[in-house]
Amino acid sequence: MSSKGRLILDGFVRNNPTFVLLLGMCPTLATTTSAINGLSMGLATLFVLVLSNMAISAIASVVPDKVHIPVYIVVIATFVTLLQLLMQAYTPAVYETLGLFIPLIVVNCIVLGRAEAFASRNGIVASAADGLGVGLGFTLALTVLGAVREILGSGSIFGWKFIPGDGMLAFVMAPGAFICLGYLMVLFNKYLKKE
Amino acid sequence: MAAKSTLINMVAVLGLTCLLCSAILAGAYALTKEPIDKAAADKTARSIALVVPEFDSLSEELTISCDGKDYKYYEAVKGEETVGYAIVSKAGGFGGDIVMMVGIDTCGVICNTSVLSHNETPGLGAKCNTDEHFMEQWKGFNPSEKILSVKKDGGDVDAITASTITSRAYTKAVDSAVEVFKSIRNEQ
Repeated sequence: MSSKGRLILDGFVRNNPTFVLLLGMCPTLATTTSAINGLSMGLATLFVLVLSNMAISAIASVVPDKVHIPVYIVVIATFVTLLQLLMQAYTPAVYETLGLFIPLIVVNCIVLGRAEAFASRNGIVASAADGLGVGLGFTLALTVLGAVREILGSGSIFGWKFIPGDGMLAFVMAPGAFICLGYLMVLFNKYLKKE
Repeated sequence: MAAKSTLINMVAVLGLTCLLCSAILAGAYALTKEPIDKAAADKTARSIALVVPEFDSLSEELTISCDGKDYKYYEAVKGEETVGYAIVSKAGGFGGDIVMMVGIDTCGVICNTSVLSHNETPGLGAKCNTDEHFMEQWKGFNPSEKILSVKKDGGDVDAITASTITSRAYTKAVDSAVEVFKSIRNEQ
């Protein structure tokens, strides 16, 4: 496997941000009330991750050490605001459900974490691959978590209702988020993260 | 790896980054302003059309003060006659304000209601936007014959199961809209 492929797979499984590194828990717990919400939040973060990783890897060598964090944050915040404006303009329906959480991507530690740990030390292409891998891992985790909570809590999947009635409402609310996340983490670490 | 920090290059790099980023954002703002305004206007127009009787022209956004608060409303006109009002009203729900568009015809009977924005719990209070039974009951609700509060509080409104707070807020927003309607009629 090529090294870029390896990088993507690493972020996806071995360094999965949610199930293995436990980064970015706030959006993970808050936005995964349904599969579609989890998926949209994951994709929004993926977009910011790839772009900010590329931009930061391009400028890292000229950024003085003492101001690198403020510079990175400004870059990340720019991409997040850009995303917010674009979503508001072209996908108002998605923006309505996620609007509150989009600005919070700035302080999602996955984004700054990858900038610090990876993008500032590697080339643009490798950083893009890393952003893609970690972003996909985050998207996968949020979608699965959202799907499980939606099935148990509302009896539907991606809005398609297959169990009549109300479902177990606790899973739609905060306690259900913690319970589901805990079990998914156990399963993920037992079966997928073998090496 | 990172360059050595001196006062000059720190100021220069941070300053340049901020300048560049604000330039990009200013550009993006200018480009997206029109579609964003259009999306918001479309949404308002859609919810007005949903809540008032059939009309062929709509007034500009009007404001009226009622109980010390300002409310926005639109007047729907068919031919020469006013057929109804779409009133924007809000009340505090479980997770913040529920903002609604309430349509009332000229006799004071509610035609329909529609939620503009809310932050209620998904699967519980958020059903105020999807629960058919709850939403249907507003069509033709006559506030002079029925009591505008939930059944638990002695009124005639069926609450959403397990979401009394949301249902109360919803009802309260409709109630303020009815009050606004009365002030509109009094002014004319």
